[in-house]
Amino acid sequence: MMNNIIAFPMIIPLLTGIILVFFRNKVIVQRIISMISILATLGISIYILQKVLSNGILRLDFGGWLPPYGILFVADSFSMLLVVTTLVVTAILLVYAFSSIPKAFEKMFFYPFLFFLIAGVVGSFLTGDLFNLFVCFEVMLLSSYALITLGGRKIQLVESIKYISINVLSSWFFLLGIAYLYGSVGTLNMAHLSMRVAEVGQGPVLTVISIIFLLVFSLKAGLLLYYWLPGSYSAPPTVVAALFGALLTKVGMYAMIRVFTLIFYHEPQITHTLIGIMAVITLIGGSVGAIAYNDLRRIVSYNVIISVGFILIGLAVSTESALQGTIYYLIHDMIVKALLFLIAGTIIYLTGKTKIEKMSGLIQNYPVLGWMFFVTMLSLAGIPPLSGFIGKVYIGQGSIEAGAFILLGIGFLSSIFVLYSLLRIFMNCFWGETIISVEDEVPIKKGMIVPIVLLGILTFGLGVGVEAIAPYVSDAANTLMNPQIYIDAVMKRN
Amino acid sequence: METLITILIGVLVTVAVYLLLSRNLIRVILGSAILSHAIHLLIMTMGGLKKGDAPLLGENSNSYTDALPQALILTAIVISFAVTAFLLVLAYRIYKETGTDNLNELRGFNDE
Repeated sequence: MMNNIIAFPMIIPLLTGIILVFFRNKVIVQRIISMISILATLGISIYILQKVLSNGILRLDFGGWLPPYGILFVADSFSMLLVVTTLVVTAILLVYAFSSIPKAFEKMFFYPFLFFLIAGVVGSFLTGDLFNLFVCFEVMLLSSYALITLGGRKIQLVESIKYISINVLSSWFFLLGIAYLYGSVGTLNMAHLSMRVAEVGQGPVLTVISIIFLLVFSLKAGLLLYYWLPGSYSAPPTVVAALFGALLTKVGMYAMIRVFTLIFYHEPQITHTLIGIMAVITLIGGSVGAIAYNDLRRIVSYNVIISVGFILIGLAVSTESALQGTIYYLIHDMIVKALLFLIAGTIIYLTGKTKIEKMSGLIQNYPVLGWMFFVTMLSLAGIPPLSGFIGKVYIGQGSIEAGAFILLGIGFLSSIFVLYSLLRIFMNCFWGETIISVEDEVPIKKGMIVPIVLLGILTFGLGVGVEAIAPYVSDAANTLMNPQIYIDAVMKRN
Repeated sequence: METLITILIGVLVTVAVYLLLSRNLIRVILGSAILSHAIHLLIMTMGGLKKGDAPLLGENSNSYTDALPQALILTAIVISFAVTAFLLVLAYRIYKETGTDNLNELRGFNDE
């Protein structure tokens, strides 16, 4: 099915970004335009998601060049679910940005960069061409470079140089993989690649190329190669950190899932085993990091790493229910990581401190914030009826079906570490005697607590109303399990 | 010809890796620039060097050169140009802010 509408989720943010540049000094106008634009994009994306479920996978060949010659966008349930979640999370983060980002930042093109970032993220989800994926990654990364350095504090500059260097190197490896792949099979269209790889068989050369891609996406997702992550996610302003924590690693994971279910799925005993081993080491490293530090931002960043390991257990196992769990958990993690970063940032804003042992009794001063943190903690640990539960159940079920008991055990053990690391924050910061006197108490802004509550409602809603998204998720997992559905949708002449 | 270019790519990567491993920030940036040149050459070599005429409709030839790698390289060059420009500005800001371009002195995570 051809349909022009699937270009909109990327084009609207791109155009909005350009338009916002011209309203540099009119902050109110910038806010209004960005809110309207993100809601419009969200509406269109939900419509597309609905259409994909009823009509099958949609595609758009740019310039009328039929596949495999041209560049194209492909919208299946998996990519559209992630696009919709991205836009929901961004809309809520925008509300938080309105009240937390200094005026000076808003005049230094904060919103345009944010929209370029969203355009890159959405483009990466929608593209059906490997080189176009690289370009969308770069759009996203360049905006993230600008956002991470915005403000130019010393720590931001020092952390950003690591972040940028590691990403330049991983982009280089991405091009390397693309060059070798083009040299060996002569195409870059993902569906066509899948056909060609299936025809010639995934021999040793193609498996090595697949491992180059694994390396690239692991660097972006923070699978095993996560050493850059805690530092760079701790430096920028709260909203930017929340945006990174919620979206950027997920794009790497999406690309990995797409490539290893659509193209390189013939040698799972090599590639998927490697992913499993990397996921286990990531889980262990992330768990150790999360309980080792006393710095709030560090603990939260290491929680991102644990979830990366957990989500990719689903890919390592690759049964239908494990992939369903992976999709549920990706959606849940985008929402709840944004929530976690917002709460951590708000605590730091309110107390002016980052070490957890220097805080106490915050729940008496800010009860809503405290209870929202409690909800986040339970959701991350996977307690029903919150949204983390269903993903864990499905990934666990998939692991049992595949007999991967080590992955299952370590995955579920990591939940306990997540719970412990966050419980430590809860005990230290929220319980005990309050040390802030009534006159010193910094009032919490409405614009900060409202987005936190909204995300909290969302994680609760996603847990209770999981039936509502179940048909989309099972359709997405079905497409991932059967690459032929994707290939037919792309290569069909109509 | 392909072999020669491949050796050249190897030399470029060697130079780039040497530069990337140094402590000086500017050298690291130059290293990343050279690395990108190496990969552009590699993409071109992977598509096969000149195998026929220019891929234009007017030409009546039996074989045409593959034009896709050139399109890929053009895009990649623009991107690496933008990233290098950004990195250079960042290096300048870091130098202004910290007074050093030595990466060893920029280590560590401080809680301000």
